[in-house]
Amino acid sequence: MQNKTSDIISTVEFNHTGELLATGDKGGRVVIFQQEIENKNLPQFRSEYNVYSTFQSHEPEFDYLKSLEIEEKINKIRWLPQKNAAQFLLSTNDKTIKLWKISERDKRPEGYNLKEEDGRYKDPNSITALRVPVLIPMDLMVEASPRRVFSNAHTYHINSISVNSDNETYLSADDLRINLWNLEITDRSFNIVDIKPTNMEELTEVITAAEFHPLHCNTLVYSSSKGTIRLCDMRESALCDKHSKLFEEPEDPSNRSFFSEIISSISDVKFSHNGRYMMTRDYLSVKVWDLNMENRPVETYQVHEYLRSKLCSLYENDCIFDKFECCWNGNDSVVMTGSYNNFFRMFERSQRRDVTLEASRENSKPLQVLKPRKVCAGGKRKKDEISVDSLDFNKKILHTAWHPQENIIAVATTNNLYIFQDKVN
Amino acid sequence: MFAKGTKRKFSDPGEEPALGAELGPVVRPLSSTYSLQRQSLLDMSLIKLQLCHMLVEPNLCRSVLIANTVRQIQEEMTQDGTWQIMTQALAAAQCPADRLVATEVLCRPSEALAAAQSPKPLPAGPEEEEEEEEEEVVVAAAMEEDVDSEANPLSSSSFLPAPFGAEPGWEDEEDDSEDEDSEECPSDAEDVPDSRRGDQVFGTFEIKHPAPPPDPALEELFSDVDPSYYDLDTVLTGMQSTPKMGPYDLLDSLSPHAAPALSTGTSCRSDLNELDHIMEIIVGS
Repeated sequence: MQNKTSDIISTVEFNHTGELLATGDKGGRVVIFQQEIENKNLPQFRSEYNVYSTFQSHEPEFDYLKSLEIEEKINKIRWLPQKNAAQFLLSTNDKTIKLWKISERDKRPEGYNLKEEDGRYKDPNSITALRVPVLIPMDLMVEASPRRVFSNAHTYHINSISVNSDNETYLSADDLRINLWNLEITDRSFNIVDIKPTNMEELTEVITAAEFHPLHCNTLVYSSSKGTIRLCDMRESALCDKHSKLFEEPEDPSNRSFFSEIISSISDVKFSHNGRYMMTRDYLSVKVWDLNMENRPVETYQVHEYLRSKLCSLYENDCIFDKFECCWNGNDSVVMTGSYNNFFRMFERSQRRDVTLEASRENSKPLQVLKPRKVCAGGKRKKDEISVDSLDFNKKILHTAWHPQENIIAVATTNNLYIFQDKVN
Repeated sequence: MFAKGTKRKFSDPGEEPALGAELGPVVRPLSSTYSLQRQSLLDMSLIKLQLCHMLVEPNLCRSVLIANTVRQIQEEMTQDGTWQIMTQALAAAQCPADRLVATEVLCRPSEALAAAQSPKPLPAGPEEEEEEEEEEVVVAAAMEEDVDSEANPLSSSSFLPAPFGAEPGWEDEEDDSEDEDSEECPSDAEDVPDSRRGDQVFGTFEIKHPAPPPDPALEELFSDVDPSYYDLDTVLTGMQSTPKMGPYDLLDSLSPHAAPALSTGTSCRSDLNELDHIMEIIVGS
């Protein structure tokens, strides 16, 4: 296990091979880690992730017209599949999406005819011979450069970006609209979903997350603050206001309270890698849906049901509005999500097993196997259990990511990034 | 049951039921705990909506969820009959006119205010300013409510101004509520909407037309971002000047008035206290 300290981490994402791990933070910075792969075949090999590149993606802006600040916080990062030697990623704040090219330089030319080593031009009269410059190795330099800036397309705050499987387009979603972009074209985007009512007084529902299907380039889903997920087919019409499918679980009347709607609000939606399922995260649970069944999820996992009796306090301190993310492992057999007190949870789907682990330096040392944790909801607290009232609600794990192929996970606490992996025998 | 230090001009206990009768239908018996907790939740939600407006654009999702919660509470209170009583109580408990002459300048309709002014930052200003603005909001809301109550007392378009206006009152201490004014207010309620007295006091303040306008606070909360945040900032500036309240401790306290008192001037305080006091009676603590 290793950890790095940075500003408040706001997003974590592995690239398609898992070799690179990108984090975005509240200060608008992107830090990319690279997996150490040299000694991979040795039995005692442990993947280490080292800093590969750091750059300032977004700067704070001031909207003079509205007298409001635009935060530079990176809301989401999404990698593009690799096409050549360089890597590309999309990063977004509330209003602007940027395409960054990250490229390596490990050679430099030497032996110019017309230039000195330091770059000054030679006096042409002093040149008596001709030679061919050669490329010599140099220390690896990683450069990040902004290749596209996609701006002025969102009135509301961008909460999601998703690259299409066609590798040509991507979507960006804000509270009320979803736009479709071509990666090459920055001055135009197509609006494909618009749920803004003509009369804003009638607004009762917003878009909370959106994603393209991993295999079908015409399909996307978006979730709402009322706990619904809509699947749209872009082939049906230009404006996808009418959904093809509506996923919604009927409310349990025995659990009804003034907070029912708030806790049903979906904070994240993710397709499984095989494209057959999707997972949603609401305040207390994770649900797995079969795309062919709209009326209820096929699996529901309780993340921290012991909080149900504390909803009023959580509303008071605003924790009830925390947006937790969720993720699948590489073969879709395990799902993971974060909780409070620096706890995160993993649910093994077929065996119906789950575990609670903690990401903290005090409670686990590097290279030490993590000890499962348990929260005592009520009654007599057993040894090693933590009571609900002693949970620290400021220590929340909102962002987690799973390596697409290996059992390596990245977990972000407020200021630190933890990378865990399967123990090696 | 009156809090310590209460002065009564008319000590006839028979006045209380009469007061209740004047203001509307009798409240169906509700669990006192539940209704107090529900009231606290309503207060808390309204504070959250007000505090939404900071330097950065507010989180729309959060605002929508809180507003939906407020609507739910309002619907339930409407069904119980509690809502009507509360809004009528607020309308009835207006401050006497002479105390409000000084605030005339600030009493303008919300649209005019929005158009005229640029957004004010959160004032760290003097208490008098806060007090005046609170006064204005309380009375403005009460005025609107009074007119609206004839047309449609339960319309959602009118509900927000009243609670927003009543906020300062409910957060005030209940200790020295005076109820001498409570006797005068019911009669005021009848006079003010149609008399010149209202005009005198409010000057340029225009009493709203009978058809209730779209709820200004809610509308502006959600109208298109470009002009709306200006408006919302100004409309809510008066409320934003309310010093930040400590969070209600719902689990520990059954009283909805547990929050610390506002540091208001005494003249305003007595009126808001009396509001408090009436609510106490109505809600039946």
